[in-house]
Amino acid sequence: MEWETVIGLEIHTQLSTKSKIFSAASTAYGAEPNTQACAVDLGLPGVLPVLNAEAVRMAVKFGVAIGAHIAPRSVFARKNYFYPDLPKGYQISQYELPIVGEGQITIELEDGSKKVIGVTRAHLEEDAGKSLHENFHGMTGIDLNRAGTPLLEIVSEPDMRSAVEAVAYMKKIHSIVKYLEICDGNMQEGSFRCDANVSVRPKGQKEYGTRAELKNINSFRFVERAINHEVERQIDIIESGGKVAQETRLYDSDNNTTRSMRSKEEAMDYRYFPDPDLLPVDIEPSFIDDIKQTLPEMPDDKKNRFISDFGLNANDADTLIASKELADYYETTVKFSGNETRLSANWVIVELSGTLNKEGIELNASPVSAQMLGDMIKRIADDTISGKIAKQVFEAMWNGQGSADEIIQSKGLKQVTDTGAIEKIIDDIISANPQQVEQFRGGKDKVFGFFVGQVMKQTQGKANPKQVNELLRKKLSS
Amino acid sequence: MHNKTIAELSAGLKDKQFSSEELTRAFIERAKQFDPKLNSFITLTEDLALEQARQADQRIQAGDNTPLTGIPIAQKDIFCTKDVKTSCGSKMLDNFYSPYDAAVVEQLNNTGMVLLGKTNMDEFAMGSSNETSFYGPVKNPWDLNTVPGGSSGGSAAAVAARIAPIATGTDTGGSIRQPAALCGITGMKPTYGRVSRYGMIAFASSLDQAGPLAQSAEDAAMLLNAMAGFDTRDSTSTELAVPDYQSTLNADINGLKIGIPKEYFGDGLDAGVQSAIEEALKEYEKLGAQLVDIELPNSALSVPTYYVVAPAECSSNLSRFDGVRFGYRCENPLDLEDLYKRSRGEGFGPEVKRRIMIGAYALSAGYYDAYYIKAQKIRRLISEDFKEAFKKVDVIMGPTTPTTAFNIGEKTDDPITMYLSDVYTIAVNLAGLPGMSIPAGFSENKPVGLQLIGNYFEEAKLLNVAHQYQLNTDWHRQIPGEFK
Repeated sequence: MEWETVIGLEIHTQLSTKSKIFSAASTAYGAEPNTQACAVDLGLPGVLPVLNAEAVRMAVKFGVAIGAHIAPRSVFARKNYFYPDLPKGYQISQYELPIVGEGQITIELEDGSKKVIGVTRAHLEEDAGKSLHENFHGMTGIDLNRAGTPLLEIVSEPDMRSAVEAVAYMKKIHSIVKYLEICDGNMQEGSFRCDANVSVRPKGQKEYGTRAELKNINSFRFVERAINHEVERQIDIIESGGKVAQETRLYDSDNNTTRSMRSKEEAMDYRYFPDPDLLPVDIEPSFIDDIKQTLPEMPDDKKNRFISDFGLNANDADTLIASKELADYYETTVKFSGNETRLSANWVIVELSGTLNKEGIELNASPVSAQMLGDMIKRIADDTISGKIAKQVFEAMWNGQGSADEIIQSKGLKQVTDTGAIEKIIDDIISANPQQVEQFRGGKDKVFGFFVGQVMKQTQGKANPKQVNELLRKKLSS
Repeated sequence: MHNKTIAELSAGLKDKQFSSEELTRAFIERAKQFDPKLNSFITLTEDLALEQARQADQRIQAGDNTPLTGIPIAQKDIFCTKDVKTSCGSKMLDNFYSPYDAAVVEQLNNTGMVLLGKTNMDEFAMGSSNETSFYGPVKNPWDLNTVPGGSSGGSAAAVAARIAPIATGTDTGGSIRQPAALCGITGMKPTYGRVSRYGMIAFASSLDQAGPLAQSAEDAAMLLNAMAGFDTRDSTSTELAVPDYQSTLNADINGLKIGIPKEYFGDGLDAGVQSAIEEALKEYEKLGAQLVDIELPNSALSVPTYYVVAPAECSSNLSRFDGVRFGYRCENPLDLEDLYKRSRGEGFGPEVKRRIMIGAYALSAGYYDAYYIKAQKIRRLISEDFKEAFKKVDVIMGPTTPTTAFNIGEKTDDPITMYLSDVYTIAVNLAGLPGMSIPAGFSENKPVGLQLIGNYFEEAKLLNVAHQYQLNTDWHRQIPGEFK
């Protein structure tokens, strides 16, 4: 039988506010356990939550960016359950009235076709703390630094039909939140993670199969592997006559397996109700308009602009917009290069990215800034240096030997464009190699390369190749 | 000094008739002498009080004083006080020392008031008789066999016996007004949002409100001046200027329209209470007020509505008491579930458990709409009743409680009867309105309270109306014989 996979994702993005969603404690990652947890985060008796306006602004920004409905009134609700890293015994979340309603995300598939994935909703909530099981000798340590960190949970429709689509969707959301600068997107630190709802059904069947929810997957690679593994597991069960149970499963990335956390029967009743400590969030149309005005260019728009205004091909544009930092770097390079859009694209994609990859350095730590690279490309464009020499210049800049102009100057790399000087060198070479001249004139065109090589050798590569070609042809033919 | 109102004490301190230290010592002595009979305090903060009193004296000396500087006060043990035990009347918090001060504590500290101690209360403010306290029942100074009311029973008894000249309380369904009535003192629950709830241990967040328990309306006005105000730490507090409540106490009430809800004078109202209330209303007529019959048709639904809303909120509010970070933890827990079950099972008393269970049930899947949502709808209807009434009248009056103080143990086995002792006060919390109880005579030697209900944020009017009555009566000046 042919099976169809149905996937929906719940993506948790940590909003990059300075302070927590309901308290003034810092959200910075990596501090000593429990040093960034104030009385409110600890859920001490008597404390009250106060909503961080910045978190609301960021959520609305996301909603506006995906063209979603922004609720004029949204309500925080309490999700009640006991867990040691949940200090109040409830999580403040949004339930019946989320801040962001239905929206859409367009993903591009490998064959270049496009697919629209529905976003059901996105709601604000607070993160829990962390339970630490190592180094406590059979006991559990609790770190509440993360408790109260703002999250935007983005819930999709069950519109994805393969792990590859799920990854494309997750990457798209990742790029959107990074473009909006509402999430640092750091998956190792858990700033961007997802739960996947996965089911299978015979191809052509309308009803959904029973789904399993895979919890807490924190890399693109794991999403793909976890889903594929789960699909196989479910198909195996059905094909061997069993029934898939509705349950929550935990993905184990070390062994690439999933294991049951709790069944539907064990599913908790969270007893949601509106949090009486917080007022409803009312959003004025003018607030939404203001955000629309200040919205940065989104990845799709940027790609189209790179193609139409900069004359890039779709592949190069895709590579450059993959991250906002790279796109920004590219545009700065273009600016300083004197609008050399394609040459800049080539240098950013090939030399810069290649070197960063090779050295294992992040873009923001690159020793060659966009301005430095742009300045160098300008020197290629104005024939001060050739593309070949530019690679030497780039390497020198990478090694901290100064700007392009300084390096060209100090190393004497300036291209020779003086016709008289080149002519003289050519004349000398012609008279020193009569045999080769004869061969060329006798129709052996291959020998032309020998002459070019000789000229370049004499000029240490600094002669303008185009000029050398023209002059050589003229001289040899005469 | 103990038979003086704080208005009088304030004048005495200002005129240097006595120092705050002398005043504080006098009350501490009274507490030591009389409180063993009453059990109104959980913690006496003698050393702290004397230190604060000396600081107050310096402020008075330096002319850097407010009208409240140097006046001793008792705080209900529901307000977090830094470095002083805050138990909320529960075994669960018998070992709890808050690292911070509640907004109310902070504000009163800033005025230079002196903390005498923390008063006894029903456990987590759940009770109407002060019998659910882990620290034992408080006794009513008017009759030691009877309850002082609750949940602010310790504060009410302490003020009635003049162990403290004034105290704070909190009122979720009547917890200031009912004990004020049963102990023959003046108590006010302000409009919801008028006083910050920050640092006040939550029972039912949408109903809880702090207010004064005092000897007179004037004293209540003085304390409310310092308690009221917007607080950015409490999202439900209201950003509205606080008027000087003392400045309008003497406004003329001639022509005042008093609404008399017929629903507050029906079955269940004790005859002695009714006649005292009727006398009080006659007094108001003498002062030029006009009595207007009104209807509050949904009154009968207020108790059942309250016993869905309040337990629902408390079931969630009390989840943080889990034995993990603070408070009571059971001995040798086997695992996490055992830790939760036994810490909570052993740390909470029966009334708290009952309400957590009622609330969890009302919020659970399949019952939420039938209970919680329906209760919210009725709550709106109850508010509408009051809105309609206030189109016709300035204030509403009636009995605070259906009976006077009942005997200790009398209603403990019958929660429904106990809950009905708040039948006239609960609707005010559901609507979020300000309400007061003032002494209005006696029935069989036990105090009767007259309830005054005002429109939103009209505390000044209530205090004015109460003060005018107190200028013409001396019920509020009565002190129980044993404590004179």
